[in-house]
Amino acid sequence: MSDLKFVPGQAVNVRHAMRVGAFRVAEYRLRNMAKWWDAIIAFGIGNPVLYLVSVGIGIGALVDHSTGGHGIGGVSYLQFVAPALLASAAMQGMSDEVTFPVLEGFTWSKYFFAIGGTVISPKQIVNGIYLAAFVRGIWTVLTYGLILLAFQAIPMVSFFPLILSSLLAGCGWTAVMMAVSAHIKDDDGFFAIIGRFVIAPMFLFSGTFYPLSQMPIYLQWIGWISPLWHSTDVGRVLTIGQPTQPWLMVVHFAYFVAMFIGGFAFTYPVFARRLAE
Amino acid sequence: MIVAKGLSKVYGEFRAVDGIDFEVHRGESFGILGPNGAGKSTTMKMIAAVSKRTDGELTILGKDPNLKGPEIRAHLGVVPQKDLLDRELKAWENLYIYGRYFGLSKKFLKPKVEEMLAFAQLEEKRNSKVEEMSGGMQRRLAIARGLINEPEILLLDEPTTGLDPQARHVLWDRLFRLKENGVTTVITTHYMDEAEQLCDRLVVMDKGKIMAEGTPAGLIKDYSSKEVLEVRFGTDRNEATAPQLATIAERIEVLPDRILVYVEDGDAALEKIHALGLRPVTSLVRRSSLEDVFLRLTGRSLVD
Amino acid sequence: MITSIATSMAVRIAEKRAGKFGSGVYSGRAGQLVERNFLAFKSSNWLVVISGFVEPVFYLLAFGLGIGKLIGGVTDGSGHTVSYAQYIVPALLATSAMNGAIYDSTWNVFFKMHFGKIYQAMLATSLGSLDVALGEIGWALLRGLTYSIGFMLVVAPMGLIPSWWGLLAIPGATLIAFGFASVGMGMTSFMKNFHQMDWINFFMLPMFLFSGTFYPISVFPEWIQWIIRALPLNQAVELIRGLTLGNLNLAMAGHALYFVVMIAAGLFFTTKRLTALFMS
Ligand SMILES: Nc1ncnc2c1ncn2[C@@H]1O[C@H](COP(=O)(O)OP(=O)(O)O)[C@@H](O)[C@H]1O
Ligand SMILES: [Mg+2]
Repeated sequence: MSDLKFVPGQAVNVRHAMRVGAFRVAEYRLRNMAKWWDAIIAFGIGNPVLYLVSVGIGIGALVDHSTGGHGIGGVSYLQFVAPALLASAAMQGMSDEVTFPVLEGFTWSKYFFAIGGTVISPKQIVNGIYLAAFVRGIWTVLTYGLILLAFQAIPMVSFFPLILSSLLAGCGWTAVMMAVSAHIKDDDGFFAIIGRFVIAPMFLFSGTFYPLSQMPIYLQWIGWISPLWHSTDVGRVLTIGQPTQPWLMVVHFAYFVAMFIGGFAFTYPVFARRLAE
Repeated sequence: MIVAKGLSKVYGEFRAVDGIDFEVHRGESFGILGPNGAGKSTTMKMIAAVSKRTDGELTILGKDPNLKGPEIRAHLGVVPQKDLLDRELKAWENLYIYGRYFGLSKKFLKPKVEEMLAFAQLEEKRNSKVEEMSGGMQRRLAIARGLINEPEILLLDEPTTGLDPQARHVLWDRLFRLKENGVTTVITTHYMDEAEQLCDRLVVMDKGKIMAEGTPAGLIKDYSSKEVLEVRFGTDRNEATAPQLATIAERIEVLPDRILVYVEDGDAALEKIHALGLRPVTSLVRRSSLEDVFLRLTGRSLVD
Repeated sequence: MITSIATSMAVRIAEKRAGKFGSGVYSGRAGQLVERNFLAFKSSNWLVVISGFVEPVFYLLAFGLGIGKLIGGVTDGSGHTVSYAQYIVPALLATSAMNGAIYDSTWNVFFKMHFGKIYQAMLATSLGSLDVALGEIGWALLRGLTYSIGFMLVVAPMGLIPSWWGLLAIPGATLIAFGFASVGMGMTSFMKNFHQMDWINFFMLPMFLFSGTFYPISVFPEWIQWIIRALPLNQAVELIRGLTLGNLNLAMAGHALYFVVMIAAGLFFTTKRLTALFMS
């Protein structure tokens, strides 16, 4: 039997607590992620290796063979798809760390309501979740980028600009997915729907596996609204010297920024409303 | 520590809490007794400074929760009706992480977590995940979590609902200990025995309104007689017998399965019934309880 | 009234089967589970149902038509050259049969076991664990069958099924789905948390990428080819591809047998495991 001895109301330094709120939420998310470290590492490394081997010696061999060894635009097929695979991995890895946790927090375990009972504000929960996803994003682009280097799929000089632009695409996309998840009342096949109607077509029709211009015009719009295409386009300029126009580059980055701002703008009020229910 | 005046919460058209007044003082154990749907949880969420009131005034620790939510919450401990524990984390991690949300340091939390585990009698479950714990243990963990920031007020929403009798008693014992330590507590419950056991003072709530307020003993004294005689004549005959019983008591309540006769002396009343030539199938004399107070105030029983 | 009929029927069935082989695990009422799933399905989200159908179509559009232009033709097993789209259509059919079966028999079943606690309630009635296994798998097949018919209706008019043998691809896909569903449900019954469930996806991805779905496995060294041939998805792809391209050969009987063994083994372990979990 133990007794409690404390003077009520002495332990908490309110101003400090309010300042560090978002970081404490991120700390919680990272601790939670760490429980899955083996899966995260296996996916982080296994996924790129599998794709690169499969595309490189599989489809790549077919394409390079039939184009007489020129691949697309004078580079090997592997080099052509590399920026797209990297951006896609960044977007997927990062957004996984907001979609599931947000549904978990509001619908499954309702743990956000427990956090909401502490000093932490709804806004800080949003920021904390996002921050942790960002850490996951950095890990993803770094490992993926290094593996691309090892496969000689990208030139050394474009390593940092490329992982940075992929990370930006991931940030924009993740903010949007966070807003979408925040609006979900009960999952009801949510992930199957998003996965098959949004993520799969985006992955397939964003100029990932062949230039967007080769697609029928009535499908090209998918590329234009897809952050994956914007990111892939930037990436190909950086890695294989694809010609571009300055205004197009501005559009690409403006698009990422718009998604980022829009995503947060649609997330904050929903968190505030749902937590006060 | 808490002052509410005309406090209301409206969901759409529905007045879940409808203009209630109460005060909670330092060091006391304050109860809100009412049936399901009375508006207890809604009231609790407003006191916890998460749900915004629709109307009225509310001051917690001298502050307005609409303006100073985080500051108020810093000094509250909350034990929600559903435990809301993180199922991926171990018992100690649940406490630790929750403490971190209050900005507490690792140095402070390390011994604190162990102290709380001991208080909740969960030392052996320190490294268990939530799933591996019984309902009573989960609830004790939620209480320990609510105390991790050394709160001025601990809010407990139906702390023993869904627990078996043994687990309830373990929990009551813990809550007594808290009271001895001078922690102010607010408890909602729909169990009248719980309210009698744990609360210094309580309000009876129904349909969003407060029906009465006082100490458990005071309420019983004001709204019921000293003793209650429960008699059963069989389901079909209770109704018919009622008028005769009404002559020997100041008040009776006819329930579907039995009749409650409110008197000062139960045994004497039973003799009078026999003298009337009535032969109840069973009879029982007991002291009045808060259940009788509720019945008197609303015409319904607490648990349906 | 209805309950009393149901009870008396259950009792009659139980009496009829009492003493027969396997009576402890099977009461011949797997249909009840399919029925329950159908009821639940009617109120479920239709978008989810449709989504299972669109996925292979998307892949066909992207790879068959897009990359197909880059690649041109592929040499099939018997030395003929077929268009790239014709080459991947059977693989997509096999893959979607696998994906659907795995989804229904893993995630779905996992949820029911751990959150809905539906099986406990069912096994407390006259249903046995083989009923549950068969019913759940039967349901997965029904859905899978619908998807494969839908997919065939899209690709056949496009001329992507050159052989009439291709009609047999529909029962073929059902057999494949049966195999994956049985094994998938067996594996799921051993899973304790989401974490472990994640690993299923981890092993599905390489299978998808390397099983001769998008390119012939002859690009790999001989020893890797043998590993790939042992994987169920490659067996499935070869079986369906033989049918849609009309290259019948004896190896296809082997592929079919592979799935019969998978089904038997999967059912055996699932039944055993469910019995141990809920009825001991
Ligand atoms: N978020 C909400 N939206 C609409 N109605 C609600 C909401 N929360 C509670 N209610 C309604 O308010 C009433 C009081 O609920 P609650 O405070 O939970 O009661 P108690 O805790 O006393 O059982 C109930 O009728 C409930 O249906
Ligand atoms: Mg309640």
